[in-house]
Amino acid sequence: MKTLAELQALRDQMKDQMGIRHDAKDNIRVVVGMATCGIAAGARPVLQRLTEEVAKRGLKNVTVAQTGCIGICQYEPVVEVFENGKEKVTYVNMTEDKIAQVVAEHLVNGHPITEYTIGAAQAEAAK
Amino acid sequence: MYRSHVLVCGGTGCTSSGSDRIVRALENNIRSVGLEDEVKVIRTGCFGLCALGPIMIIYPEGAFYSRVQVDDIPEIVEEHLLKGRVVRRLLYQETVQEDTVKSLDQTDFYKKQMRVALKNCGVIDPENINEYIAYEGYEALGKVLTEMTPEEVIKTVKDSGLRGRGGGGFLTGQKWAFGAAEKADQKYVACNADEGDPGAFMDRSILEGDPHVIIEAMAIAGYAIGANQGFVYIRAEYPIAVQRLQHAIDQARELGLLGKDILGTGFDFDIELRLGAGAFVCGEETALMTSIDGKRGEPRPRPPYPTTSGIFGKPTVLNNVETYANIPQIILKGADWFRSIGTEKSPGTKVFALGGKIHNTGLVEVPMGTTLREIVEEIGGGIPNGKQFKAAQTGGPSGGCIPAEYLDIPIDYDSLTAIGSMMGSGGLIVMDEDTCMVDIAKFYLEFTVDESCGKCTPCRVGTKRLYEMLDKISKGQGTMEDLDKMEELCYYIKENSLCGLGQSAPNPVLSTLKYFRDEYVAHIKDKRCPAGVCKELLHYVIDPAKCRGCTLCAKTCPADAITGKVKEPHVIDPAKCLKCGACLEKCRFGAIVRK
Amino acid sequence: MDMVNVTINGERYSVPAGSTILEAARYAGVHIPTLCYLKDINEIGACRICVVEVKGMRSLVASCVYPVSEGMEIMTSSPRVFDARRKTLELILSTHAKKCLSCVRAGSCELQKLCREFKVSDEDYYAGENIQYEVDDSAVHMYRDNNKCILCRRCVAACSKLQGIGVIGANDRGFKTHIGCAFEQNLGDVACVSCGQCIVVCPTGAIAEHDNTEEVWQALADPTKHVIVQTAPSIRVTLGEAFNMPIGTNVTGKMVTALRRLGFDAVYDTDFAADLTIVEEATEFIDRVKNGGVLPMITSCSPGWVEYCEHYYPEFIPNLSTCKSPQQMFGAVAKTWYAQKMGIDPKDIYVVGVMPCTAKKFETKNVESNAVEGLYDVDVAITTRELARMIERAGIHFTSLPDGEFDAPLGISSGAGSIFGATGGVMEAALRTAADWLTGGEMQKVNFEEVRGVAPIKEATYKIGDLEVRVAVTSGLANAKKVLEAVKSGEKHYDFIEIMGCPGGCVNGGGQPVQPAEVRNFMDLRAMRAAGLYADDAGKAIRKSHENPAIQTLYKEFFGEPGSHRAHEVLHTHYSPLSRF
Repeated sequence: MKTLAELQALRDQMKDQMGIRHDAKDNIRVVVGMATCGIAAGARPVLQRLTEEVAKRGLKNVTVAQTGCIGICQYEPVVEVFENGKEKVTYVNMTEDKIAQVVAEHLVNGHPITEYTIGAAQAEAAK
Repeated sequence: MYRSHVLVCGGTGCTSSGSDRIVRALENNIRSVGLEDEVKVIRTGCFGLCALGPIMIIYPEGAFYSRVQVDDIPEIVEEHLLKGRVVRRLLYQETVQEDTVKSLDQTDFYKKQMRVALKNCGVIDPENINEYIAYEGYEALGKVLTEMTPEEVIKTVKDSGLRGRGGGGFLTGQKWAFGAAEKADQKYVACNADEGDPGAFMDRSILEGDPHVIIEAMAIAGYAIGANQGFVYIRAEYPIAVQRLQHAIDQARELGLLGKDILGTGFDFDIELRLGAGAFVCGEETALMTSIDGKRGEPRPRPPYPTTSGIFGKPTVLNNVETYANIPQIILKGADWFRSIGTEKSPGTKVFALGGKIHNTGLVEVPMGTTLREIVEEIGGGIPNGKQFKAAQTGGPSGGCIPAEYLDIPIDYDSLTAIGSMMGSGGLIVMDEDTCMVDIAKFYLEFTVDESCGKCTPCRVGTKRLYEMLDKISKGQGTMEDLDKMEELCYYIKENSLCGLGQSAPNPVLSTLKYFRDEYVAHIKDKRCPAGVCKELLHYVIDPAKCRGCTLCAKTCPADAITGKVKEPHVIDPAKCLKCGACLEKCRFGAIVRK
Repeated sequence: MDMVNVTINGERYSVPAGSTILEAARYAGVHIPTLCYLKDINEIGACRICVVEVKGMRSLVASCVYPVSEGMEIMTSSPRVFDARRKTLELILSTHAKKCLSCVRAGSCELQKLCREFKVSDEDYYAGENIQYEVDDSAVHMYRDNNKCILCRRCVAACSKLQGIGVIGANDRGFKTHIGCAFEQNLGDVACVSCGQCIVVCPTGAIAEHDNTEEVWQALADPTKHVIVQTAPSIRVTLGEAFNMPIGTNVTGKMVTALRRLGFDAVYDTDFAADLTIVEEATEFIDRVKNGGVLPMITSCSPGWVEYCEHYYPEFIPNLSTCKSPQQMFGAVAKTWYAQKMGIDPKDIYVVGVMPCTAKKFETKNVESNAVEGLYDVDVAITTRELARMIERAGIHFTSLPDGEFDAPLGISSGAGSIFGATGGVMEAALRTAADWLTGGEMQKVNFEEVRGVAPIKEATYKIGDLEVRVAVTSGLANAKKVLEAVKSGEKHYDFIEIMGCPGGCVNGGGQPVQPAEVRNFMDLRAMRAAGLYADDAGKAIRKSHENPAIQTLYKEFFGEPGSHRAHEVLHTHYSPLSRF
């Protein structure tokens, strides 16, 4: 390494990889249900895609976490988005593609995708 | 890309409580459930809460597990890492709240702390230079080499008011300025990593947890004073620190952050390790340099000061580990930022090694000016078993004992000196009512006597005679004249010794004489140790009213000092009694008392 | 010279900048006591006797190492200073074997003197644990009694800095610190060269020569023995010091009288043997030059140097002159030619050497090249100090003795023999003879000034006839090391080198009267003693060794030619490498 630029490039690359170790206050926490039910319903690829997308876009304020069963097993894979001062958004029946859209629309642009939320799913079911 | 990082403390404390085995078990279990591509296990430096080791933090949740055992690992992997369910039973109880897991920095132990020197300890993998770089590592060096003149660097360090964290509290920037002013064909930068105060281990923790910060800071110092060679004098008793530091040096060389033409600026700098054999006196700067020179580690008179004539007779700037750990951040954030922390005359933070009769033993870093009470009662969690605080000892064998009346003074270099103690390297040992102050003074003197190099008369013979007087008093054989003679000898040793070791050796005696003179008097006049520690002054007796004659005590006594018939009160023969206290512990009727 | 202004005890003085407080005070005529301080070689500030008060400083400072600065206010005799010094002495005494009545250094002990000056009234004020050390008397020449050691480390400095040897140092630490050899080996088992420089710098009785005077007293009392004594060249200018005479006083006459009164059957002079050495050594040198022998040739008179060479530079053994030292030549001649001439059985002749040197004790025990099978050339060597003690014990009032004269024939000598006792003397003596011989007496040069003086290394080139002789003279083994390394590396080329083990040569030998550190620090002891010898030389009628009539008779009657076969048998020796560790 012979220049400051090289050092900076290495730093940027590493920062992305280590972002999860911050306990930042205004982080968006994205939690994937990873209990037996979730995993059986395909939560693992969703989680992996989510992590990749977040990393790819360099979203330093997003924390990806996993959690256990939240009791709505029929809607698994379930992904919940927590933002400070905002209502929790619960996405259900997630797929890899859907989660990629959530990252693009919700996490990056701030527009929750209503049609994937539990509200929409329940409304659908009520029909 | 890993979705989860498991940080396991690899400091000496946690390593000795088994964190090595934990890491292996973790890796095996993670592999067996196929998570090796999702979860990364990292060995970090010390988190500070050594009493709770082995310690583990799992991110992104920030779940703080304490006292983790190998048997717990399958559960943690299965539940937490695979299924995402935090294993509450293993969490550090302070962090457990009704519904969520409280962040570690919200706990009482960490809340009042401010991590500057320990910034990266417990956060990064000390064996991975990239992680250090991610956390602003080598940015300060880059800034110094490309944007600042040596004079500017020295000015920044001077303006920050940073004082030497090794004990003396000399202005670091001033020292650098002296070194820079010397004209010589060769100069050296050195790091004092010969941490020797009993109970102090902050330097070790920094070296183990964040070795690159020392390398970076030494390079900055080298640039500032015009030195291209650094030496780290580190004790061989710190094998993990030695290994990590060497590893870090190798990595830095590989990346070109040490060696020739660093970052293309034409600045050359390299570092070599020198292992000390553990003599306490080698922490004294001139003794340290004499030892690096290859001679018996003994201090020499100053002047000439090391900035004029140090290692191999060349101008040398020597700083302590913790001092260096502050440097990169001072460069990056500026002198004003540093000055905004701490007190006017002692800016910044100080790391204390908290030990003794206290709940949370470990490493704490607080802004200078924090009161002793905050450290002991809030961060330290108070004194166990409902006992009363009696004194705090700071500064190791060079420091003194601070009584309860000073619990509320803000701690900094000058306030500690004013009350007869000193900052020293930051050992802080809490004592409760069960501690005998004569015994404590004797303990520290014994250490000094043992560690004196033997070069100058006052320290070689004087401390020995002082110890003998204390010993005499602790055995109830002292006289009131001995107290005066002792005090006189203390002042003589302070005024006449060659180096700091001898000059400060009487402090534990003088401070206890000053604040706890009544205890000395009790030993001398009443032949009594109020705290019940000094063996020779203890007596074990059996209260015949309470004794049921069960014979258990007689069977327990290793010296056959207890006699009596079954179902009749027993008696202890004081001539035979070893004062081991075994009978007291065994008696079920509270019939045996220690007087 | 840059000066700074200081105040000492209220008086203002201008003193040289850069000097220590001790030097500045001395400059101002104020005496500050010291114990561990030895100028240039032991400036360690360890004993703390020299502490003084400096205004504005929290602690007392060690004046031996603390530099003066402009405006400094110094108090050397305040109650605080006196009290500190007394306490230091009391602490030292608490670890000291206070056997002052029987101590070899009673009366000349620096610790004793200080205790008197600072009025230490209770030697046991700080009594406590006192480690008992075994006396190390394993070496032939000396013993070490650490029970009397005050850990000033002057001996350590002498060994490592003056002599470049360093076989002693501090072992263990703290209260258990003591001086000894590495790994607690005995001195007799390490590569000590027996020079005795540690003895003459010791302030107390912790190090002293092995006393061989009892053997001498016994021999003197034995009617069957013909007891003869030889005195080395330097003794005549140092013995007086033991009787409080000024340094450098020539006491030859009183010394001879004293020896005669002690009961020696004949009083002879090592100067005679020194002349003999020159005749043999000059012959050897010319032979080496003319016949392509090993050069540079190096002198072999100093047993400390010879032992050093065998231990540390065995590669230079071929360069060593094969001549025995004057002491040994004297003994060899005494037990051969002299025995024959006097008609005494050699085994009844008892030869005593009075030497400035402790290595001479070691040298006498070298049995490999004795002139007479089964007999030591010299039976016992005693030091100047031991002779002084014999004179004291015999009740001889030395200072008022009448002058006596050495006996003939072994007491007849030239001036060349006298100067053997000073560095450069052997070289000069050899050059006087060699120059005469090589030029057939045409070169009438007597004084070779270039090789005189106390400079550590002296060099000169002399044109003698058509020969150019490059010479070097050095003394003190640390200096010898420098010369040998320069020769080894090819940096320097010499034909003839004189090396003396002790700095300044025999006048400053390890067997000489002990002068306190104050004298060693502030007076040129070596030059003062040497001046006595050069004056002795200048006053002699015969200045060249080969012109000594007794020597001429000796060759005529016994050896034939210098360097003859018989001369080799009696007067020459050989050397063998010794282990360094």
